[in-house]
Amino acid sequence: MTTETSDLLICGGGYVGLGVAVAVKTSAPDLSVTLIDAAPEGVWKKDPRSSAIAAAATRMLATLGVWDEIVPEAEPIRDMIVTDSRTSDPVRPTFLTFGGDVNPGEPFAHMIPNVAMVGPLRAKAEELGVKICQSAVADGLEIGPDKGIVTTADGRTFAAKLVVAADGVRSKLRDLAGIKHTRWDYGQSGIVATVAHERPHNGRAEEHFMPSGPFAILPLRNNRSSLVWTERTEDAERIVNGDDLVFEAELERRFGHHLGALTVEGARKAFPLGLTLAHDFVKPRFALAGDAAHGIHPIAGQGLNLGFRDVAALAETIVEAARLGLDIGSYSVLERYQVWRRFDTFQMGVTSDVLTRMFSNDFTPLRMVRDFGLSVVDRLPGLKTYFIKQAAGLASSDAPKLLRGEAI
Amino acid sequence: MSEAPRTTIDAGEVDRFSRMAQEWWDPTGKFRPLHKFNPVRLTYIRDKVIEHSGGDSRSLRPFEGLRVLDIGCGGGLLSEPIARMGAEVVGADASETNIEVARIHAGQSGAQVDYRATTAEALADAGEQFDVVLNMEVVEHVADVELFLSSCAKMVKPGGLMFVATINRTPKAMALAIVGAEYVLRWLPRGTHQYDKLVRPEEIEGPLSAAGMGIIDRNGVTYSPLSDRWKLSRDMDVNYMLLAARPA
Repeated sequence: MTTETSDLLICGGGYVGLGVAVAVKTSAPDLSVTLIDAAPEGVWKKDPRSSAIAAAATRMLATLGVWDEIVPEAEPIRDMIVTDSRTSDPVRPTFLTFGGDVNPGEPFAHMIPNVAMVGPLRAKAEELGVKICQSAVADGLEIGPDKGIVTTADGRTFAAKLVVAADGVRSKLRDLAGIKHTRWDYGQSGIVATVAHERPHNGRAEEHFMPSGPFAILPLRNNRSSLVWTERTEDAERIVNGDDLVFEAELERRFGHHLGALTVEGARKAFPLGLTLAHDFVKPRFALAGDAAHGIHPIAGQGLNLGFRDVAALAETIVEAARLGLDIGSYSVLERYQVWRRFDTFQMGVTSDVLTRMFSNDFTPLRMVRDFGLSVVDRLPGLKTYFIKQAAGLASSDAPKLLRGEAI
Repeated sequence: MSEAPRTTIDAGEVDRFSRMAQEWWDPTGKFRPLHKFNPVRLTYIRDKVIEHSGGDSRSLRPFEGLRVLDIGCGGGLLSEPIARMGAEVVGADASETNIEVARIHAGQSGAQVDYRATTAEALADAGEQFDVVLNMEVVEHVADVELFLSSCAKMVKPGGLMFVATINRTPKAMALAIVGAEYVLRWLPRGTHQYDKLVRPEEIEGPLSAAGMGIIDRNGVTYSPLSDRWKLSRDMDVNYMLLAARPA
């Protein structure tokens, strides 16, 4: 049995894994990079989801040379309103509005179909010489003194100085590496669907805090919107598996009629929501990135952005170490990435957790407190700017270069 | 003169380091401070060499074509990265044990380093010449600083560079580098450094000037406990680095 040996092995072909591959290979073309993915060829094209991409992540995609291909599919979020409502409320009082760009002409976020992001990243990775292997289901990991070795279910062996696991929230490699994680289940699921509507959304994102959880409407191109609709898991299953008529009726009750008649496009899916945090990001010859390190609630739309911050920090750590002749898989190198990302991740995890618990609730005194809080934020421009900068991912002074739009 | 030939090896020092040799490459072990220290000194070396001799700091092999001596190389913590950056490296250490440990590790990692159990005097007497001499965390362990430095300086080619890093002999260094690092934080085994063997900058600059080299840069290196990283600073009271050049 032959072993495929490279400097860097990335497990997981989503935007995080591909992002690390492209970022490393762009700045250090002499490092050999292999990427393995469990899904068969072409499955990535069937992902129905869309994601909100903050301005900082957009800068990174531009620096990596893929943004021009993504932009035709990207819808800028021009403003955002937040309401606190029961579905039965005839008028939903708006407590918070965010508007404007972080810089002139730079919206604080874009909505992008995942396929439109993964496609150009894959093409760029291949162009840069990243070897991509599909249908490679990792089922063994061995950490040696000078390399990590991954074996797949069909008997292939991949060795590298550093193994990066970007294989999602239920990361198999995280378990194989013996890194423990903690998961809190919210008993909620997120229903994801795309709807077409009669009237234009004008780039407005809406987040309605309903008793069962947040209901977000996020603008896509061509009079369409992406929904993230949170319900208790058993209700979500009922809604998704019910017939189309039931689904559309439930949808209209929540969505409202301000954008005219609605048509559901494509498949609808429910994803169980929880907070998953790995106890460590790294061990010798091994690093976690993206959801494998942290799965958070989509309440603030930050899951992908947290993942892209991992990409930028990990790629910078790897490239700078390689340029100093250091061993990219050594613990002393990887520790920097862990220190860099851990606090931010913990903060975002806790923030989204507190938001979820506060807003998925119909307890009247709590509603009054949070409504008061939202209206205070709405009246203080400084605080609002702070939240917009946070949402854009531009708040940190210690941001990795790629997120500042600089090459590594 | 009926004296025994002068040598820079202090027998006690060699033994002490040999006992620690097995742990050189464990980044969480006794040499953790050196592993932590490595990025800042490697960055400094790379940037200064490139400033002096050209090269691309974004390349993975900016030292292609340079011949480098790492004197007092220990387990090879510095020699291996410098070799991976493209240089032809001679790693020299007075301790046979250290050289064995370094060779074993290079065999595993694939780094190409010419390791030799020898001294600066022996290399200088053999007429060895280098573009860059790295003299990192060594002077505080040798018996005769003047002889050691002049031997090292002899091996620098015209237009070449010598880097010297060490610990200053100040009350602050006593407090931080000896009491703090060895007794309080236990970063280093007790007895790693002895106060009266620490070396002041002028005690390095004197012998180097006498050997025809000019000091072109001076920097302190300080530890930031919050970020757990070392960084360059103007404060040379504890750890510091000097850069000397031989005129072309």
